[in-house]
Amino acid sequence: MSEIWAGIAEAFRLIWSLDEDLIDITVRSLKVSLTALVIASMLALPFGTWLAIRRFRYRRFAISVLNALMGLPPVVVGLIVYLLLSRSGPFGVLGLLFTPTAMIIAQVIIISPLIASITHQAMRELWSEYHDLLISLNTSKRQRVGALIRDGRRTLLTAALAGFGRAIGEVGAIMIVGGNIDQVTRVLTTAIALETGKGDFALALGLGFILITLSLFVNLTIHALSRTESEGRW
Amino acid sequence: MIRLVAILVILAGAAAQGETLRLAVTTSFNNSGLSDVLLPAIHQDLGLEVRLLVVGTGQAIRLGQAGDVDAILVHSKVAEEAFVAAGYGVHRREIMYNDFIIVGPSADPARVGAAETVIDAFQRIAVNQSTFISRGDDSGTHKKELSLWSAAQQDPATFVFWYKSVGAGMGASLNSASAMDGYIMADRASWLNFGNKGNLKLLFAGDSKLFNQYAYLPVSPDRYAHVKARAAQVLENWLVSPRAKQIINSYKIGGEALFVFNARP
Repeated sequence: MSEIWAGIAEAFRLIWSLDEDLIDITVRSLKVSLTALVIASMLALPFGTWLAIRRFRYRRFAISVLNALMGLPPVVVGLIVYLLLSRSGPFGVLGLLFTPTAMIIAQVIIISPLIASITHQAMRELWSEYHDLLISLNTSKRQRVGALIRDGRRTLLTAALAGFGRAIGEVGAIMIVGGNIDQVTRVLTTAIALETGKGDFALALGLGFILITLSLFVNLTIHALSRTESEGRW
Repeated sequence: MIRLVAILVILAGAAAQGETLRLAVTTSFNNSGLSDVLLPAIHQDLGLEVRLLVVGTGQAIRLGQAGDVDAILVHSKVAEEAFVAAGYGVHRREIMYNDFIIVGPSADPARVGAAETVIDAFQRIAVNQSTFISRGDDSGTHKKELSLWSAAQQDPATFVFWYKSVGAGMGASLNSASAMDGYIMADRASWLNFGNKGNLKLLFAGDSKLFNQYAYLPVSPDRYAHVKARAAQVLENWLVSPRAKQIINSYKIGGEALFVFNARP
């Protein structure tokens, strides 16, 4: 129990002293996960919506696969991305291994199915309401996807935030493809794993509280910017 | 989308500018804190930024074999010689050694503290069936432990409940030992730097069988044209220099020297 208090004290000390390394790894955490979120959203939001409105033969199967992929084990994704980006792998010539780019690639793979799946669930409901209207207006596929994304933006925000949450808290994959190199690919979660390994629980926990605070802060900011949950609006 | 990926690739490439070298090292080297002293000195003297990948010896060798690092600094002679023999490494250069110790519960139920030799100590643990934590991660420390078990004519495959293979790095394994109040073989540096000692205590050390030789192996540029062979050579020359000797020999924690420089010029 005393370890937890020491962790809270350590978190305050780190934030108060504006530790240079701490700012560095925090900014890197945010950069990697937000970039991954933007890329994953650009892929997954239209795809999830498209899946909701499009009828095709293996649709049920495709949806099952997508839902199953939500549970992709990050360590396995990390290992596969590592093998692909390794110098002796197919994309080795790009020299991307142990760079933040490799971490972004791994996180995009991990969070895209999650975002796409939540998007699909939400859009299916919305599509059943909009179906007759959009069909009667003789809209194109592209216009339908666009209209649904626009009107379902609140739920899509939830989908994106769920993806962000999974990305920023993830350690298994980025440890393998990033390598936890000081000043280059060390982020909050890998730093926590490192300090735990050194038996410095107070510092590890302090970093953990900072990670939680950061996540909360990002969520509040996104809500504020998109003006959800404010007075007089739904 | 493709444009974005292209931009990211270019950015990553630009960030990698400047003289850098990727070195895979063992967890024990990094946990000891020696790297925190050596890297700034290397940067100051050579202008070379060494990027450390802290992994077990087994994984370090795999990274070298795949050409993902420029050099490795590990401690497992047999695996290192195989690495060079297979043409992945140019040569093997001995740099320094530290030693392993046996740590265990302060009550010492297996009476390891009274052992004459490390073999004797291992036999006492096996006979008493005291909880023993093994790294179990194919690291240099793990290989050393297995070789000591076989020297003590014991086979870990036949061990039962008391032998716990945790498959983790040195620090994480020490955490497990601390939580389970078990015996563990650790390198002295990691132990002295470890912050969660709990009820554990250093019980046995000093047998020459417990010496732990670190060697530096540059990855062969013949096999992988992209490795920074020149930078790896510059770093090797520095590691065997009098300046490195002075830093390594004078690195102390709590008044105890951790590493002994023994490179031949």
